[in-house]
Amino acid sequence: MLGKGVVGGGGGTKAPKPSFVSYVRPEEIHTNEKEVTEKEVTLHLLPGEQLLCEASTVLKYVQEDSCQHGVYGRLVCTDFKIAFLGDDESALDNDETQFKNKVIGENDITLHCVDQIYGVFDEKKKTLFGQLKKYPEKLIIHCKDLRVFQFCLRYTKEEEVKRIVSGIIHHTQAPKLLKRLFLFSYATAAQNNTVTDPKNHTVMFDTLKDWCWELERTKGNMKYKAVSVNEGYKVCERLPAYFVVPTPLPEENVQRFQGHGIPLYLFLQIWCWSCHNGSALLKMSALPKEQDDGILQIQKSFLDGIYKTIHRPPYEIVKTEDLSSNFLSLQEIQTAYSKFKQLFLIDNSTEFWDTDIKWFSLLESSSWLDIIRRCLKKAIEITECMEAQNMNVLLLEENASDLCCLISSLVQLMMDPHCRTRIGFQSLIQKEWVMGGHCFLDRCNHLRQNDKEEGREGQDTQSKPLNLLTVWDWSVQFEPKAQTLLKNPLYVEKPKLDKGQRKGMRFKHQRQLSLPLTQSKSSPKRGFFREETDHLIKNLLGKRISKLINSSDELQDNFREFYDSWHSKSTDYHGLLLPHIEGPEIKVWAQRYLRWIPEAQILGGGQVATLSKLLEMMEEVQSLQEKIDERHHSQQAPQAEAPCLLRNSARLSSLFPFALLQRHSSKPVLPTSGWKALGDEDDLAKREDEFVDLGDV
Amino acid sequence: MASASTSKYNSHSLENESIKRTSRDGVNRDLTEAVPRLPGETLITDKEVIYICPFNGPIKGRVYITNYRLYLRSLETLSSHWRFEVDTCLFQDSSLILDVPLGVISRIEKMGGATSRGENSYGLDITCKDMRNLRFALKQEGHSRRDMFEILTRYAFPLAHSLPLFAFLNEEKFNVDGWTVYNPVEEYRRQGLPNHHWRITFINKCYELCDTYPALLVVPYRASDDDLRRVATFRSRNRIPVLSWIHPENKTVIVRCSQPLVGMSGKRNKDDEKYLDVIRETNKQISKLTIYDARPSVNAVANKATGGGYESDDAYHNAELFFLDIHNIHVMRESLKKVKDIVYPNVEESHWLSSLESTHWLEHIKLVLTGAIQVADKVSSGKSSVLVHCSDGWDRTAQLTSLAMLMLDSFYRSIEGFEILVQKEWISFGHKFASRIGHGDKNHTDADRSPIFLQFIDCVWQMSKQFPTAFEFNEQFLIIILDHLYSCRFGTFLFNCESARERQKVTERTVSLWSLINSNKEKFKNPFYTKEINRVLYPVASMRHLELWVNYYIRWNPRIKQQQPNPVEQRYMELLALRDEYIKRLEELQLANSAKLSDPPTSPSSPSQMMPHVQTHF
Repeated sequence: MLGKGVVGGGGGTKAPKPSFVSYVRPEEIHTNEKEVTEKEVTLHLLPGEQLLCEASTVLKYVQEDSCQHGVYGRLVCTDFKIAFLGDDESALDNDETQFKNKVIGENDITLHCVDQIYGVFDEKKKTLFGQLKKYPEKLIIHCKDLRVFQFCLRYTKEEEVKRIVSGIIHHTQAPKLLKRLFLFSYATAAQNNTVTDPKNHTVMFDTLKDWCWELERTKGNMKYKAVSVNEGYKVCERLPAYFVVPTPLPEENVQRFQGHGIPLYLFLQIWCWSCHNGSALLKMSALPKEQDDGILQIQKSFLDGIYKTIHRPPYEIVKTEDLSSNFLSLQEIQTAYSKFKQLFLIDNSTEFWDTDIKWFSLLESSSWLDIIRRCLKKAIEITECMEAQNMNVLLLEENASDLCCLISSLVQLMMDPHCRTRIGFQSLIQKEWVMGGHCFLDRCNHLRQNDKEEGREGQDTQSKPLNLLTVWDWSVQFEPKAQTLLKNPLYVEKPKLDKGQRKGMRFKHQRQLSLPLTQSKSSPKRGFFREETDHLIKNLLGKRISKLINSSDELQDNFREFYDSWHSKSTDYHGLLLPHIEGPEIKVWAQRYLRWIPEAQILGGGQVATLSKLLEMMEEVQSLQEKIDERHHSQQAPQAEAPCLLRNSARLSSLFPFALLQRHSSKPVLPTSGWKALGDEDDLAKREDEFVDLGDV
Repeated sequence: MASASTSKYNSHSLENESIKRTSRDGVNRDLTEAVPRLPGETLITDKEVIYICPFNGPIKGRVYITNYRLYLRSLETLSSHWRFEVDTCLFQDSSLILDVPLGVISRIEKMGGATSRGENSYGLDITCKDMRNLRFALKQEGHSRRDMFEILTRYAFPLAHSLPLFAFLNEEKFNVDGWTVYNPVEEYRRQGLPNHHWRITFINKCYELCDTYPALLVVPYRASDDDLRRVATFRSRNRIPVLSWIHPENKTVIVRCSQPLVGMSGKRNKDDEKYLDVIRETNKQISKLTIYDARPSVNAVANKATGGGYESDDAYHNAELFFLDIHNIHVMRESLKKVKDIVYPNVEESHWLSSLESTHWLEHIKLVLTGAIQVADKVSSGKSSVLVHCSDGWDRTAQLTSLAMLMLDSFYRSIEGFEILVQKEWISFGHKFASRIGHGDKNHTDADRSPIFLQFIDCVWQMSKQFPTAFEFNEQFLIIILDHLYSCRFGTFLFNCESARERQKVTERTVSLWSLINSNKEKFKNPFYTKEINRVLYPVASMRHLELWVNYYIRWNPRIKQQQPNPVEQRYMELLALRDEYIKRLEELQLANSAKLSDPPTSPSSPSQMMPHVQTHF
């Protein structure tokens, strides 16, 4: 009895004028020809999840062919998510469901994913928060993962509107106690059925053994040791239970320094990673500004002690990189990201095309890509110090838990091929971000506190003895088929030597890949030649020379030299990897940022097209391989075809697997915005192509 | 037709051989061997110069000038860390090589004079049509600069010196004849023409109806030759509406022409009006004929002042007119100049995106693509036939019809199909290549020059980027077309129209670019190509997806070099090779098995140990 109502937009039929009498019965709405019976779409609850409130006859807007239409359904709010239960999901065929997330459906918004909630009142969009006096006709939810949901409440009963809107606002905006976070009830209810393959699992860095393993892997155990003084967080809650310090540092030494108001333990140089040449990446919190001379004195002697240990052989020279003062501020990053994400939170087609004309300048004014570039550049600089100059690098930051995590993990990604495997990458995030004490709760504002105060105590999740589920168990979320999409089909493992040697190989780095450590500066050009060209440069080319030739200052720049030198050679994917950081090379990560925007999807195109060809070919090769193997072993022709990952889906959207298969028609998307003024070229634009008067023809 | 002349073109490209030879040979070589030469190419002079490379700094070298190219080989080895391996700027035995066809030169300037200080502080600055400048410093004594300037001017701009373009001297032989690629009768037959509604006319056999149109035209069956002549009087330069493409199923058509000669007084022409109506009725449609005027409406209005204009509602009741807002050749030229400013020699770093936006280049690309999508959509949806024009119908019109045809007809996405498309919509329909490019002409400020064809190729590249499996050809194919658009080595892009080409006997006296390409097709193939008949491609004309074509516009800058070969492609090629190997292996095994059914297996090791396994998780 419920159908798809056309609710305006594009060239479609205009919706009935919003009258706020919400008793227009669905039957009275102008509906599309096709009458669909509302299916009993059941709400899928996770173990421990509870339904809090709901509303029926909610219309969810769906964008199609630059015209919106609506789908009726139920909007519910649980203690984990907001979910829309409509009939559009039934359209999915089997192939599609295999790629779906098993925990979070297409129309589910987890409470923590909600970024902003807007209400539309008389066609005006307003941010919703707190207690509402008036309830909106339309609810727009912007998500942190950049999805935009629009729900029309015009046909919903008034009391249901009140209940659902205030419910959603309350559960997404009111400050939350840590223990109320859904994961705790989930963890209690759900069984942890994680099957860990001991050989091939993510290193969680929550045991001493894990750190020892990492030390051994990177050969850092020659100069550094893992300590367990903070076991059970008895020394300091902000430090991980286990961590790594320079070997000569006595463990008792550490405890001596507590109890002076500031836990000096915080200012230890903590080891992140060791390079094959022995240089290490370390991090340390910056000392707070102290007034008390006595405390300053203690601080100083503490630091002196540490420096003395580390400046002595066998340790390399330490270069200190103060990220708090010489690098991006967190505020800058935050501001840039909020501007940047706004570019992708698009309510409708008109907005898409309006912003399209000035897209590049909008992108630039967000500074986000520039920030990405600067992060990469900083990581390359540090890589250069360690790789080419054989220096230890000490990252310094107020809490050593934000930019330290960022830079340290980028450096490891560039230098350590292990971090580029999936397991290695997951372990890296555990080590640098989770154990590194990155304040995820604050930075993502999971508890929705408004105060800007940092370093809240007493919310240390690490100390909770709960056996929480880990995100790294992908089987909780995805079918095996979809999990294959987590793998990069281009990745080729390093060829292994035979089994006897494998163990030794595993922890070995690519020594042969390192660049010459000597500073091979370009030899100055021979005297007379140099003079001649200098003259020429000065006399003839004048000011433009800076654009023409790299100035000699730049040549001195170690960074530039290192960078250029690396890029002029062929790449070994199992060695050092430096990203390109030139303007045209830093691009928007389209698959993440554009994935929910229907206008941005290329049907049957994009990178997905080549990747799916690649996957097909891989399966073909694999099945051939199996056939050959079987022939050899059993002399029988095998019959079973290897299942193709993306079979029957020849034409995937460029947004796959986010926008699923051929759900959209093949109509082209046409820009609706006009031409922007050319400015200084206006006179040219008025000219004609050819200067011939046709009048007398 | 292609088989007829194979005996004449039986040897391989000598270019490739000469390149191979130079890359293999040692340090000592005599002069003639130092320069790769095409048959018919002669060495004119050589000079010691300092090449002021914007990326590697000044480099001492010897420059050789032939009647076709400027070739430089550095005399010293470069310091190792500055040595980038760029395929456009070859390095052999640690020396730098520049190999530049003189055709790409648009301007040669002297830098510095006798009064300049420093012994060798003067030189030449050469501006090229392919987004780079070459700067050389020369010794003052012996008039070496004057010599080089004069020789370069003479051979780069042969038209000003009553010399032939190199294409007429080129004696290269290929095993395929590119001139046979396009045969209009065959191409129209492929489209199912002539049919009940469309006929082929020879009215323009000697170019007497329209001197910038091809000899063979497809027009409505119901329009007589006399009708055509009358229509011609009302269309700018007699470029009457003729068929470019017909939809195989719904029979809607794309028709191209020039603007009607409406003028200030708003003249009408019954024959033209009737002719358009006849076109509309060819597929028995009831709806209106859609006219896309490529220009911005203001320009179309302004054109009335010089006798042109557009189809008004009053005169053409059964037509609907839309303007596509694509700017003129002057705007495009200036836009490309700005692109060069931000990419050469150094790439604008700090404000790359806003600089890119300020060139408007991608905006123009967006508008051209948007226009073509509209044309294709109208025709594909069967809603109505489409008539496309701009002012003269040889710039924007060619862009729109050819791009729409590329979207609609998968045939044009193959290598030969694309050659036919270019040959048909651009070369035969009189895109003024000679004027737009300025082949052999020294007047670099000529207002007729404009990168219209480059813009088209850029649009094609954008499409191939968005649909990486839909095109048989790769990026190299598009780049080589652009390189030889300027080089003057082939006759393909010379002259403004078919009649001029016929007068010059271009097909007899020059070699076609398609000979070079088609005799070496493998190099230009896209491994991901999946042939799909009847698939309409609609690119997304959004700035979010349009990109600056770095591998073309910034290819001279070694720092911006993109991963070559593309890792996805490389991996795919590896897998293809592996697949072929396995298939072969499997066949061998089958044979072996059937041969000795009773025998015990002799091979002790499993095949997986004998051959490389796929290095990927499954």
